Amino acid sequence: MTDSEIKEIIFRLLGEIAPEANFAELPPGENLREVLDIDSFDFLNFLIGLNAELGIDIPESDYGQLRTLADIVSYISARLK
Amino acid sequence: MGEFRMPSLGADMEKGILVGWNFKLGDPIKRGDIIAVVETDKGAIDIEVFEDGVIDEILVQPGEDAPVGTVLALIRTEKELPGAKVEAEAEAKLGKQEVVLTEKRTRVSPLARKLAGELGIDLSKVEGTGPGGAIEGADVERAAQTKKIAEVEAKKTAEQVPHIPLKIKTQPQDLQSRMRRAIAAAMARSNREIPHYYLETRIDMSCALKRLEIENQKRSIKERLLPVVLPIKATALALREVPELNGYWIDDQLQLQEAVHIGFAISLRQGGLVIPAIHHADMKSLDELMETMRDLIIRTRSGHLRSSELTDGTITLTNLGDMGVETVYGVIYPPQVALVGFGKITEQPWAENSMLGIRPILNATLAGDHRATDGHRGSQFLEALNRYLQEAEKL
Repeated sequence: MTDSEIKEIIFRLLGEIAPEANFAELPPGENLREVLDIDSFDFLNFLIGLNAELGIDIPESDYGQLRTLADIVSYISARLK
Repeated sequence: MGEFRMPSLGADMEKGILVGWNFKLGDPIKRGDIIAVVETDKGAIDIEVFEDGVIDEILVQPGEDAPVGTVLALIRTEKELPGAKVEAEAEAKLGKQEVVLTEKRTRVSPLARKLAGELGIDLSKVEGTGPGGAIEGADVERAAQTKKIAEVEAKKTAEQVPHIPLKIKTQPQDLQSRMRRAIAAAMARSNREIPHYYLETRIDMSCALKRLEIENQKRSIKERLLPVVLPIKATALALREVPELNGYWIDDQLQLQEAVHIGFAISLRQGGLVIPAIHHADMKSLDELMETMRDLIIRTRSGHLRSSELTDGTITLTNLGDMGVETVYGVIYPPQVALVGFGKITEQPWAENSMLGIRPILNATLAGDHRATDGHRGSQFLEALNRYLQEAEKL
């Protein structure tokens, strides 16, 4: 799966949480939860969505590695290989 | 006659728009049924009814708005019709006599009797076609068939009733400005009437977070608990020890509430907030709390909160930790008498046993109504809250 395909899935899942967001202008290096105002419940739902969609397990201890869009894309692509 | 009125879904509500009735005239209703949907400043709310009975008259039609307290419908309750019970008893007696008479007069074949038992048919209502009007097996079968058709028809009619005949279209901006005004009214009243006192304590969350980590390692991602459930449960248990914080200030006195229903502040993306109650939070397990919160958050954002969830809160809890602030000093939601606030759990220096370490710290605050309690009781509550979080394995 290419990075842009991964991004597409991420944006679709985030779109369900933050329908008003403009993902084209999302800064890749900024804290996603802060930029999109995503609370811990929504963030957990987002991870549940990633798990259901891609089948990757994300242990709680890894949550800290998933701060920015770039983080999440590289985390997922490393686990899909 | 029971009067079903436009409920007050909080100190800030003045009126609501009836969106639709879920029942029609003559329908029997039970306590707890969602009788109607009402559009309020907090979105569309499912309104529950608090007595058993039959809908006798509908006074407000879908699309109409009604101030709080307006009678929306009349409900005929059994106990309020003094003749009803006596009549029913008399009828039951008569019915029995009739059966006896029928059995005396009418001959019933053994097969018919057996079938009537199996099919649930009242023999006194079956017309016999046998010799001398005797009831035979075929008569019972015919009666059973008729009964079945009648039941199917009745079910069909019931299904055809449009549940929500009219959908009121509310502009999101309109709802937003109404919600803003409602919050403004409630908070202004709080600041005007309630002499707040504020207490704050720092809670070492090492033990609680450790427990959560161990628990979550065993779980699939879907079943994981969020840290906020621990302080919620601890709050509920601490309120049992300091019940004066769990109640309402009404008519110049404190009215303690036995049940602990924690109103959990949920902010909406478009702005504003709604505070549905987590019913009996002290009796729920961590899993049940998580499930309830998930359900409440979904329904707060998509509609269909129940009226009891908006009115039952006995205390409010606000968790602003997600947003990154460390401390929140809340404004009490009248007529409640306390509000508990949690900030973000952050690593901070912590001195204990003459040693300096780094611990995850939660700043917990209490806003109390000084008419109802004093700072001493308030501090006992925060002490208890802390104690429960230090023994998190028992939560």
